[in-house]
Amino acid sequence: MYYIEMHGHMVSRTTDDYRDMAMAGCVAVSEPAFWAGWDRSSAKGFEDYFRQLSEFEPKRASQFGIKHVTWLCLNPKEGEDRALAAEVLACIPNFLNRPNVVGIGEIGMNRVTRNEIATFNDHVQLALDHDQMILIHTPHLEDKLKGTRVTIEHLQTFSRIDPNRVLIDHGEEHTLGMILEAGYYAGVTLYPNTKVSVARAVDMIETFGAERITISSACDWGPSVPTAVPQLMLEMRRRGHSEALIRKVVFENPLEFLMQSGKFELPRLGIQLRSASAAD
Amino acid sequence: MNQNESCPLTTRQIIDEYFIENRTRILEVAAFLDRLGRSADQAARASDFRMQAFSRALEALAAPSTGKVSQIQLLFSDPTTDPKPRLDEKSASGAWNPVGAAVEVS
Repeated sequence: MYYIEMHGHMVSRTTDDYRDMAMAGCVAVSEPAFWAGWDRSSAKGFEDYFRQLSEFEPKRASQFGIKHVTWLCLNPKEGEDRALAAEVLACIPNFLNRPNVVGIGEIGMNRVTRNEIATFNDHVQLALDHDQMILIHTPHLEDKLKGTRVTIEHLQTFSRIDPNRVLIDHGEEHTLGMILEAGYYAGVTLYPNTKVSVARAVDMIETFGAERITISSACDWGPSVPTAVPQLMLEMRRRGHSEALIRKVVFENPLEFLMQSGKFELPRLGIQLRSASAAD
Repeated sequence: MNQNESCPLTTRQIIDEYFIENRTRILEVAAFLDRLGRSADQAARASDFRMQAFSRALEALAAPSTGKVSQIQLLFSDPTTDPKPRLDEKSASGAWNPVGAAVEVS
């Protein structure tokens, strides 16, 4: 079965990982901009990173027939630095017309500080000003509940937001309901220790249903599994869920979301720009 | 959807499939608590805000109720909505520290 990796930080992964993902059925990767594990020293460092995301990674992915799309921003872990944020946001529009850039992300909050919220709001305004889709990170562990609440509260202050074009990621048992009830797409992340196991992810699908839910590995430079989504597929089969339900979660939902960008297509599968038809 | 029947497996099938791996998880928790009891300094663990949340989570786990995961998630979560005035630490610790929050707000 084909699947779409909705959230993978491939700049941190090897070319062998792309190959393994392709062999497991991956046909597309969506890569949000993120924190490198250390704070970048200037906006110039981000410009180089955005070039890597929009020039180098698509070529690397295409060697294995994988479509690569990306999201640009200053990551929540660096959102406290308002001066740096202003410089980075000023350079992002220069990259928005690139063919694989589908929106602004992953924006959001880390520890839910005043500066992080201000930087988040600036990113949302940038997305609205340029008619971009939005991918939102929610904080980890004890900060997730508060961060998700505050994120939704601030999104609702923007009258022009279309919830259908916003994905709020890293949802868990105590936050998934509020994301879906507010009308947004919700992401569930399969990541060791700090996020969700495949078993819990399937529990959440059983509890909340499959509408507007996407699954990803969020593989990055930490201990993480680039082929976690196929592991979820195996877990769903283990429990006797239908192939149609599995396909909806790992392929159709992310496809429907990404196609709203007007830049997402999978010609090899007969999926053209702004067309919802798909072949497996 | 009817959440009560949303898993296709029967009770017996769920136990057959998942008992061993969850037995292992309980033993891992027990081993963690025993390890704390053998710590080099024998410091009291009950004063650590993370272990206080951990103890409450264990009580929720043993209680005869449904929705245990959400309950436990909430026990570890910051229940407030006021933003922090500034960044304290880059990373989360896994449990909310009410004492730290009180100091920070003042």
